[in-house]
Amino acid sequence: MEKGNGCYFSIMASSATITFFLIGITLVVCRVLYAMYWSNKPLRKRAPQPVSTLIVLGSGGHTAEMLNLLSVLQKDRFSPRIYIAAATDNMSLQKARLFENSLADETGVSAVKTAQFLQIYRSREVGQSYITSVWTTLLAIVHALQLMIKIRPQVIICNGPGTCIPICAIAFLFKVIGIRWSSIFYVESIARVKRLSLSGLLLYKLRIADEFFVQWPQLQRKYPRAHYVGCLM
Amino acid sequence: MGDTENGEKASKTVFVTVGTTLFDALVRAVDSLEVKQELLKRGYTNLVIQMGRGSYTPTKSGGEDGSLAVDFFTFSSSIADYLRSASLVISHAGSGSIFETLRLGKPLIVVVNEDLMDNHQIELAEELAERKHLYCARPQTLHQTIESMDLESLLPYPPGDAMPVAKLINQFLGFPDD
Repeated sequence: MEKGNGCYFSIMASSATITFFLIGITLVVCRVLYAMYWSNKPLRKRAPQPVSTLIVLGSGGHTAEMLNLLSVLQKDRFSPRIYIAAATDNMSLQKARLFENSLADETGVSAVKTAQFLQIYRSREVGQSYITSVWTTLLAIVHALQLMIKIRPQVIICNGPGTCIPICAIAFLFKVIGIRWSSIFYVESIARVKRLSLSGLLLYKLRIADEFFVQWPQLQRKYPRAHYVGCLM
Repeated sequence: MGDTENGEKASKTVFVTVGTTLFDALVRAVDSLEVKQELLKRGYTNLVIQMGRGSYTPTKSGGEDGSLAVDFFTFSSSIADYLRSASLVISHAGSGSIFETLRLGKPLIVVVNEDLMDNHQIELAEELAERKHLYCARPQTLHQTIESMDLESLLPYPPGDAMPVAKLINQFLGFPDD
């Protein structure tokens, strides 16, 4: 009898665990779907306050496109601005600094107050072996998490480099958990005419980007949720 | 670089750039006899090559006895100056070099690097070639492109505009239009 009781209890206990587990999973899935659903919707409240903006820079052409976009965005609305680039890429942050300094000259407001420049580990350098890249990817994710907890930006703007993937994934996680609702804007590089980049494809398919912009009409036909905005360069 | 040099015939410079990458196939192609001959036939007098991290070194030449004067360097912080003084630009397919050249209104031949693994750069060069803003070539077909190109038929590239994106971002965040 006793043995039977124990068995009964353990069945009870395990079915309770399974139930809780299932409820838990359902809640998480619901929350993820909620975040996905609302991600593509414009913010309902008007935003008279300036928004903290994280700008993910890539190399060369990517940075030039991003700075072209920033030059027409209202600086008083998108402030403070935090620039982030791969640790191995010195050029991009230097260009961003020049850009911010030229703004400071125009407005008379010191760039130190409105802009910040950060570097992030890259998950994989060009030509790095896949085995060591497992370790470096982990490192890159932990580093991105650390930075994102500190920054918690209201707006993220990115245009293609792989460094934006961990950042956007963490931003989406923050949405799900309820830490911060960041609006993610992704502008596919002008170099992509017929096919999206891997970063673009991931952010589009997983619906992580709130708004997705492409610079060629061919891409918009292929990815109907994207906005065609013409060439930035 | 001026239009007249000591009353002799005006110098016309071809500037070749590979950007921050290495692209030996392009440097080798412009250093080849057939490309140099086609450039001479077209009236160019000088060839300046920015060779980047490549290992192939072209042969320098002073341009005596009517041949093409050839000069090269690895990197420079004043690429813009070279672009400005060039009569023709031959470039790798990086979007930075392409748009910088087009914005200056210089005739451009983009040479696609077929050795790159993820060669999406072809897309941009071909699209812009289809729209007649530039010519697109491969290292081995460069001399044919130079021979057959008609620079008069190239159309100026209209400058890009970031306003549509900025507008949509503002709308999404609930900022009023101004």
